[in-house]
Amino acid sequence: MTGSREQILAAVRGHQPAPVELPELPDFNADADTSLVAFGDALARLGGRLVMPEGTPADTVRACHPQAQVIVSATPEVAGTRPLPDAAQPGALDDVEVGVVRAAFGVAETGSVYLSEAEFGVNALGFLPQHLVVLLDPAAILPGIQQAWRHPAFRSARYAALMTGPSATADIEGVLIRGAQGVRSLTVIPCAAP
Amino acid sequence: MSRVDHAEASSRFIEAKDHADFHDQRLWDLRGKRDTESRKLPEWEALRMLASQIKEHTLSHLADYLEEFERNAKANGIVVHWARDAAEHNETVYRILQQHGATTLVKSKSMLTDECEMRPYLARRGVEIIETDLGERIQQLDDEPPSHIVVPAVHKLRADVAEVFARHIGTDPGNHDVPYLAESQRRHTRPYYLKAQAAMTGANFAVAETGSFVVCTNEGNADLGANIAPLHIASIGIEKLIPKLEHLGVFVRMLSRSALGSPITQITSHFRAPRPGTELHVVLVDNGRSERLGMADFWRSLKCIRCGACMNTCPVYRRSGGLSYGSTYSGPIGVIIDPTFDLRKYSSLPFASTLNGSCTMVCPVKIDIHAQIMKWREVIAQRHQLPMVKREAMRLAGKVLASPRLYRAAVEAAAAGIDHLPRTLLYNPFNAWGRQREVPAAPALTFRQWYLKHRGGKP
Repeated sequence: MTGSREQILAAVRGHQPAPVELPELPDFNADADTSLVAFGDALARLGGRLVMPEGTPADTVRACHPQAQVIVSATPEVAGTRPLPDAAQPGALDDVEVGVVRAAFGVAETGSVYLSEAEFGVNALGFLPQHLVVLLDPAAILPGIQQAWRHPAFRSARYAALMTGPSATADIEGVLIRGAQGVRSLTVIPCAAP
Repeated sequence: MSRVDHAEASSRFIEAKDHADFHDQRLWDLRGKRDTESRKLPEWEALRMLASQIKEHTLSHLADYLEEFERNAKANGIVVHWARDAAEHNETVYRILQQHGATTLVKSKSMLTDECEMRPYLARRGVEIIETDLGERIQQLDDEPPSHIVVPAVHKLRADVAEVFARHIGTDPGNHDVPYLAESQRRHTRPYYLKAQAAMTGANFAVAETGSFVVCTNEGNADLGANIAPLHIASIGIEKLIPKLEHLGVFVRMLSRSALGSPITQITSHFRAPRPGTELHVVLVDNGRSERLGMADFWRSLKCIRCGACMNTCPVYRRSGGLSYGSTYSGPIGVIIDPTFDLRKYSSLPFASTLNGSCTMVCPVKIDIHAQIMKWREVIAQRHQLPMVKREAMRLAGKVLASPRLYRAAVEAAAAGIDHLPRTLLYNPFNAWGRQREVPAAPALTFRQWYLKHRGGKP
């Protein structure tokens, strides 16, 4: 194996073109609108929905999914019908109808939310349940996606996802299907972090 | 290896008129969405320039960045492997699977594993592979390669998918409803995520400073696989490196906008370290890339971020379909990459272009695609890889165009010929242009005759 590594690196080194300088990155759209309206509009474009809270976050989750029998929450603000499984048993989430999680931050440009193992507890919570509800502090909305990658969270998380609306596909004749293989819907409820 | 005959394969594609028309419209629609989305960003052209510069910088310091990536990935607990070619890649993946006793692999989309022909290799060794991306799964079940790097089954209509699914996953052959077909694949695939002992992904970007890699997807399949199975293997071409996390802000802002005309993919996943109790392996693959890096005219093709915008805009690709290129990579980007793998086999591909330059104009990393296509034609002519008809026609054209006297005689003879020659002679096998087109009626006067008559001056 070391043989291949050395051979590849030597071949690359021997063939590299003349050095090109690394450009400085300007800070594009750093002063863009970070309002809930801007975030919600971007989220809606990718099929997610913003639902204003009525009562507690738990009440709002319930109002969004009144029929749900199995709800699992990774945030202490909402009690699920069943506790989060051990992280070593992600498959235990297979029959979950609604997963609930609090995002670390959101991005107004795209309507994305940042979720890592710190928020999910069990990463599969973002994908195996039929639906996902995300709590987001309106004060934690960054203007653009460029600013998102300056957030230190990416440097410590083992796994992190910027999720933007539900899973989707248009692989057959370009017909858009929301709810491809991951969650069928993604709802963001804006409420201040406790 | 027999030569790919793009023109012949295309003529079969065009025969299925409904398919060909839909294909053309669907891809042109994606191109339109890309235009709309890119115009919303006033800094679009600045982003393209930055993306090009960052990629050229990285490629010109690639060995250092590969070492930095490896060092940081290892420190995070990722096992890093190196593969010189497709064979070593496949052997490496198989060895990792064997070490874990893995017999079922859930796999998300990766052009690199197609390039390495990994699926048949593993299947022969008893590994059950489930492509989990909808388009890729359709192609796997139909035993065809992907025809497009972003939308693998774009050349199929819903009835074709219904037929494939009825044959393989037990759907109702009479039901062509798209939501029904997509839902059927979702339900069919779910149990595999739970039982697979291994998951595989590709990577869109590998970040040197963090030793992490990023996967951009829409369906949730990559994250289902990687977050459930106890083993995750990622195959990454060495050209996927970028220096820093902040550079994602340039590339990700353009990737899905260029590909599908959406601001971002539904899920942008970052893998930096294995989940506790599981393993994460990265295979860094060369397979001709280091050699391409040394080709003065062609190394910039390594900047490609696989968005497919050049394919969507290309009139030849839209009207000939990806499978007619006979290679993993089709369309304009395929035309300039494929000959680096096998010049003889792919010598017809650089001629599958009108040289209109639209591919270059939409490329988010500013690859000079049409200039490279032109350059490949030169290389192919120099190395005597042109077919006889084209070679003789070009030799003759070269002579005629070099002599004003011969040229004038030829133009006048051609004008007379078009009007008077019998069709059988005019549409002879040497007239490739006239195969699908009518030769236009010749004007009464050539330009030179008109000029002499009306301007009266000396020519």
